[in-house]
Amino acid sequence: MTCKPHTVITRRTFSTGVTAAGLTAAAGPFNVLRAQGGALKVGVLLPRSGVQAGIGQDCQRGVEIAPGIFKDLGLPNLQIMNGDTESNPQIARAQAEKLINEGAQLLVGAFDSGQTTTIAQVAEQRGIPLVINIAAAPPITEQGYKFVFRNFPTAPMILGDAFANQKEIFAATGSAPKSAAFLHVNDTFGTAMQKGIGAVMPRFNMPYKIAETIAYDPRARDLSVEIAKAKATGADALLVVSRLNDAILLTRELVKQRWTPMAVLSMGPGWYEDQYLKTLGKLSDGPMSFVPWYDPNKKLSKQLEAVLAKAYPAINLNTNHIFTFEALLVAADAYKRAGSTDPKALADAIRKTNITDNVSIGPGIQFDAKGQNDKVKDAAIQNRDGKLVTLAPKAAANAKPDWPLKPYDKRG
Amino acid sequence: MPADIYLNVAVSGILTGLIYGLSTLGLSVIFGVIRIVNFAHGEIMVVGMFVTLVLFRHLGIDPLLSIPIVAAALFGFGFVLQDWVVRRVAHLADHMQFLLMAAVAVILISVCLMLFGPDAQGAQVGYAYDSLSIGPLIVDKVRLYAGLAALVVAAALFAFFRYAATGKAIRACGDNYLGAQVVGLNVRRLFALTFGIGTACLGAAGAILLLLIDVHPYLGPPLTLLAFIIVIVGGMGSLPGAMLGGVLIGASEAIAGLLLQPSLKSAFSFGLLILVLLVRPQGLLGKATQ
Repeated sequence: MTCKPHTVITRRTFSTGVTAAGLTAAAGPFNVLRAQGGALKVGVLLPRSGVQAGIGQDCQRGVEIAPGIFKDLGLPNLQIMNGDTESNPQIARAQAEKLINEGAQLLVGAFDSGQTTTIAQVAEQRGIPLVINIAAAPPITEQGYKFVFRNFPTAPMILGDAFANQKEIFAATGSAPKSAAFLHVNDTFGTAMQKGIGAVMPRFNMPYKIAETIAYDPRARDLSVEIAKAKATGADALLVVSRLNDAILLTRELVKQRWTPMAVLSMGPGWYEDQYLKTLGKLSDGPMSFVPWYDPNKKLSKQLEAVLAKAYPAINLNTNHIFTFEALLVAADAYKRAGSTDPKALADAIRKTNITDNVSIGPGIQFDAKGQNDKVKDAAIQNRDGKLVTLAPKAAANAKPDWPLKPYDKRG
Repeated sequence: MPADIYLNVAVSGILTGLIYGLSTLGLSVIFGVIRIVNFAHGEIMVVGMFVTLVLFRHLGIDPLLSIPIVAAALFGFGFVLQDWVVRRVAHLADHMQFLLMAAVAVILISVCLMLFGPDAQGAQVGYAYDSLSIGPLIVDKVRLYAGLAALVVAAALFAFFRYAATGKAIRACGDNYLGAQVVGLNVRRLFALTFGIGTACLGAAGAILLLLIDVHPYLGPPLTLLAFIIVIVGGMGSLPGAMLGGVLIGASEAIAGLLLQPSLKSAFSFGLLILVLLVRPQGLLGKATQ
């Protein structure tokens, strides 16, 4: 057994220790001051795993490109706290609670209407502002909530703009389908859209009728029956409300079952996403998506495109990036004007938002008494050689429609 | 609705059902002999799909040609898992064994997520979008090849258990554990072989399934659930029952989707499951226990 030599405290050691302790004590108050005037803690809730993981991670890109642009715009920094909803509304609720307990002063999320609904309930109960990035189910902003804000169109708004943009395209091409088979996912978003189509379509006097409505599970591994059923209706066009994986499966079945409709008209995500373009190559060309989009002619859109292209060269700017970025823009702008992290002050500031230098289509970001931006507009976009072009509305268009859909068996 | 659509959908459903059946053989073999309910069934198949994907992407091996390689790799995995881990909990209560396999499943999901990320990924073979026309019947080539491959693998497995000495010895272990020990069979080795064969089936099924669906780490649990439905409908522990259950579920899901609503496909499978449990609890080809 060996004995450890006694530690001798020399005068030099003692002086060093005292100096260090003094510096630490002196720096303490500054730390406190920094914390009080520091970055706003924003809990970003997204489906980072589970069936919507790919889309959740795409939304995250909108978070990652924000800081540099905010700096240029003179907006304050945000401290991002990440939360994973696991594509599950009940986990979304638990994660929202967790982030608030850990100090989140504002929440952003959560891509999916079902998950956003549960988060909105938590935000309202706890009095923490929630800025919705993407969620279209109308009831979320119809509950009289005081802390919930949505800079994203509701299902009826998406549909109204979609039908208006479709008519603009039919007029431009001089051709229109007479009937359409309607395929939709049976989740919260898909069902809301299906109900909305029934309610909104008659008002627009569309040239086509819905030949059959076919609902399917978004987690389905095989959609051959769905396409066989749609093809059997003899419809001219395919109207779809889908997600990413099922959009890929539907396209594959169209090719295998040798059916090229006049047009694929999508009123949801999936058909324009990078993963769709990358996976299907030439087979991804042609579908038109009627979606909340960006105005390619706006100054901030060009900046966002450039920053995204630098950070992710193979990724096209899309809805997920745009609206997640804009949700953070709303948060940073409100924090700057409120000058406080107090949730009520932040909510009051968000209510008075008036951002005209933005990305999405429309006059800018403002919220009505229900917390809804009722001025945000949709676009009609088309997949073209792995890129996305805007066809309508005219004010935001940068290409003419490629019509009708090129037969799948003649694409080389 | 044109009559040919029923034929097209039924053929497609039967071909899909053959693959479901093959994947369920793995579960049935393991349960029939070792009496372990493999809760990591779907996750092991997902591992097989990812191995196939790696072979396809990096070595350009067609998923159908990679069946023996993937099956061999997963045989090794299953053999080691049984001999090093599962065997040591065989004496514990059933729920402990369930938890062990559930833990294996969670670990496999996490590893796949870490290595491959959450996105769905597929193998784009040259014939991915080809189909055959026989009169009004349009058959998806990939589904046809996959269904035939499933039949070949299942036939090879049946032949092994019927004619090979090792296969007969494994069946003896399943039929009478004590008797197998008494006659001097190396039960420990045979159990490891059985688990290996079960996971090899999953590897083969995974390689074939990759032709039809894209793989992602969270695909495991629905595949496990599907296998349980099939195996209960067909008869737990019965190999022909697993194939029959697969075809029955595949075809009935497809026809139900056509006649009713496609979103009711899963509900129809579960309805069939309840019906079988009420009318014939041992499954269509299972043996009734006292």
